[in-house]
Order: sequence, then structure tokens, then C-alpha cells
Amino acid sequence: MAQMLCGAGFTLTKLKKASVEDLVEAGITSTNAKSILKKIGKPIETSKGEASPELIDSRLRGLHLPPSIIDELQRDLKTVKLTETQLDEILQMTVDAYERAKVEPCEAVGTVAAQSIGEPGTQMTMRTFHYAGVAEISITLGLPRLIEILDARKVPSTPMMTIRLKDEIKRDRDEARKLAWEIEATSLLDLGDLSIDLAEMQIIMDLNEKTLSQRSITSEEIAQRTRDNLEVDVRLDGLKLIIHPEQPSYRELLQLVEKIRSTALKGIEGIRRIVIRKEDEEYVLYTEGSALKKILHCDGIDPTRVKTNNITEIADVLGIEAARNSVISEAMDTLREQGLEVDVRHIMLAADMMTCGGELKQIGRHGIAGEKSSVLSRAAFEVTVSHLLDAAIHGEVDELSGVTENVIVGQPIRLGTGDVELVYRGG
Amino acid sequence: MVPEHILLTEDEIKTLLEKYYITKGQLPKIKTSDPVCKEINAQAGDVVKVVRDSLIAGKALSYRLVIEG
Repeated sequence: MAQMLCGAGFTLTKLKKASVEDLVEAGITSTNAKSILKKIGKPIETSKGEASPELIDSRLRGLHLPPSIIDELQRDLKTVKLTETQLDEILQMTVDAYERAKVEPCEAVGTVAAQSIGEPGTQMTMRTFHYAGVAEISITLGLPRLIEILDARKVPSTPMMTIRLKDEIKRDRDEARKLAWEIEATSLLDLGDLSIDLAEMQIIMDLNEKTLSQRSITSEEIAQRTRDNLEVDVRLDGLKLIIHPEQPSYRELLQLVEKIRSTALKGIEGIRRIVIRKEDEEYVLYTEGSALKKILHCDGIDPTRVKTNNITEIADVLGIEAARNSVISEAMDTLREQGLEVDVRHIMLAADMMTCGGELKQIGRHGIAGEKSSVLSRAAFEVTVSHLLDAAIHGEVDELSGVTENVIVGQPIRLGTGDVELVYRGG
Repeated sequence: MVPEHILLTEDEIKTLLEKYYITKGQLPKIKTSDPVCKEINAQAGDVVKVVRDSLIAGKALSYRLVIEG
């Protein structure tokens, strides 16, 4: 480089007067030019002046950084006075730090994720722990819930929904209560006392007047709905509902009682109980039981803020991407509730694996682990003998391409530096 | 809760596959029976771009191949 400078006719005195641009003209890259000037003690050119907001924006646009970092830079850089060189330095350092934080190629991210979720898992409550999290509704928490999420169970052991109301009525207690009565599955038993008259072979239902007015339903309506639902003879006598079974037999009578108990007269089937709570100036409904599709069609609720802990239901109603989000947030909430901090990225990886086939798959022998192509890998996980037996019957071939297989046979595994193959180019 | 799904054109699919040096089959899948697929009328063989709100990166792009199902 010294030769280049000399060739361009630069002496030390001349160099001291030169600017970066002059050196660039002489065929030296701008970074080199800057370092040369720095070496001879010349203060780095600041005459180019302050970095204007437009300049910051244009520089940021060209960077390969995630949007959140770009946003943060954009916000913070504009609050301080910077010269252009300082700006470039900051951006370079940011990019370097970002590159350093990236996962190395061939890194065993799955193993790290498994360990990162597994270790805090050992500290979680082992027993099926129900706790009255929200008012009186009990929710499965801790390890059982985490297992439930990762196993992609069809129905969680304690399905629950959080329903928020539209902006217009969310502060209105009466509206919230009205909606709650409308949604909650109501059977005849909730509306009065039931007694069986064995002498006359009939069921007598004593309706409670107060409950009726509370739930805005009349005795005539009840009689009609019971008739439609159960297809039996119903007579109304004041506030007494007299129900006759089709055949006057004792068995028939008991079956009818059972039927009355299980059929919903009003409301949404599956929503067993509702608790209304006031949160930040708005009334929120918490339900025991979940029926996302039907709730979304209800008037008065805010469909964008309805939550359920039934992930399979979300996958069916809102799609696989929503299910992925739900797996992440449910798992994070379960861990956080136990006071454990796990990086979201591990859980995101698990959620990605569960949803990458287009449907919810469990992490286990019926899901991801069971779909591996290698016999040895599957056999190493669970139910070893049946896997080996099946493989032998079908004449399966193991390509020994994965990690587990190669550990079993004692070969180097294809991870980290083991996954790099060098090719020698002759000549 | 549901991130934005965008159907890609043939050209966009080509540049995507070239950029990551992959084949279509290596993308994550989404079924035609998925509610979002019905909504944007995606057919098997299409590729959808999913713009996720990421907790880490702010916005994150992901792609899914539409499959029969």
C-alpha cells in the first residue's frame, strides 16, 4: 500500500493534508484509506457532517438485520448526534454482533431445545395440580399441562376459554351477565327442582321463578324446547312442568331423567360454567369447557380477543399457523407460571416441528419420533422390540444417515464439524 | 392470532427456491382443508408466504407448501 501511495505522489506532508476521497482516487479502498489516515494521527474526517435522519434511514434499509433490530436502531440513533463515520461504526458493530449471535451451521438445535425444555421440566410440579387460577375455575398447570401441549391431545383435561366483549359493551356488567347466560349451557335441572312421581309414572319439574327471569326464559318456552329436544309429552301447570315418558315403565322414566340432565335447553353445548371477572375496567368471561367455533359466531363478543386452551380446536377453526402460535404461547405461559424462564426459540422450534406437516403432530412415538425414516432411531426411542420386529418383517433398510443410528453403530455423527465433507480438487 | 397468509406467484416461488437452494417438497406444509387456505383459495401445489409476528425478530417470513388434505 505504501508503494501505491508513493506511486500516486503522496509524501507525508501531502498525506497529512489529504482527505479520504483523495486516497480513494489514488486507488485505495475507503476502509484502508481511513486506517492510513488514522495511523498518521490525522483526525478522522468529520467534515462530512452529521448523519441526517434520511441518511440513517437509507443506511438501515440496506442492512440484513431483523426488523425489530432495525426499528430499535432507527429509534435510538435519531435521539443522538452522530457523524457519518460514527454511524457506520455503530452499524458495523451491530451487524457483527448479530452475526456472532446466529446459530452456527450444523449446530444440534433440536438437542439443545430438548435440554432447555427438559431441565426446567424436572423442577415443575409432578402431580396433576389444579389451582383456582381464575376465580373458581380450575385449570391443569405445571408438568401435566406441558405434557398435554407437547402431546397435542385432542381435548385438554380442563378446557377453558377467555371471552372478551366488544368495545361498546365491555364496561357494562349487565350486558356481560346477559351474554354469559346466553352462552352457558343450561339444562332443565338448572332451572328448578326435579322430582319423580312413581305412582303416576311422571317427572315433575318445579321451575324457579327467579332463575327464569334471570335467564330471560319463560316457562312456555321451556315446555316447548323440552318437547322438541326430548320428543316427549310435556304439560305445563303454572310453574310446574309435568313430563310423561313414552311408555310408562320404570326404566324409561330413569332414562328420561338422565336425558334431561344431559341435554342443553339453552346456550352452547360444551360451555359448562361461566365466571365473570372485572379486569382493567372491562368484564371478562371465563368459561369451563370450550367451543370456539360457536363462540366466534356469538353477538357481542370480540372475536379477535377470544382465547381457548384447546389447541386442536384452534387448528381446526383458525388454521395451522394459529395453532403454532397457540402452542408457543400456551407452553410459555405454563412455564412462566411456574417461575421458569425458557427462551422462546426452543419452544418455537418444538412448535414448528409439531406443525410443519400441516396438522398438529405430537412429539412422541405417534408423531414426530414415530415418523423418522430410520429403524434404529425409532427403536432407540420407544417400544424397541416391535419396531425391530416390524422392520425385519418388511425388510427395511437403514441408511445410517441420522444421529441416533450412527451413535448406535459407533460411527462419527453428522453434526457440527462431523457434517462437513471436504472435497479435494486435484490439479 | 392468525398471521397474514399471501399466495405467491410462480416467479416468486422460483426465486424463493433458488435463494435457499431447496425443492418445493422441503418447505413446511399446509393443508387445503386449512381454514386460511379456504379463505385465500389456495390450491394444492401453491406456496403461501406467512408473515408472522415474531417475538424475536419483530416480523418473520415463513413459507408453506399447500398440500391435498
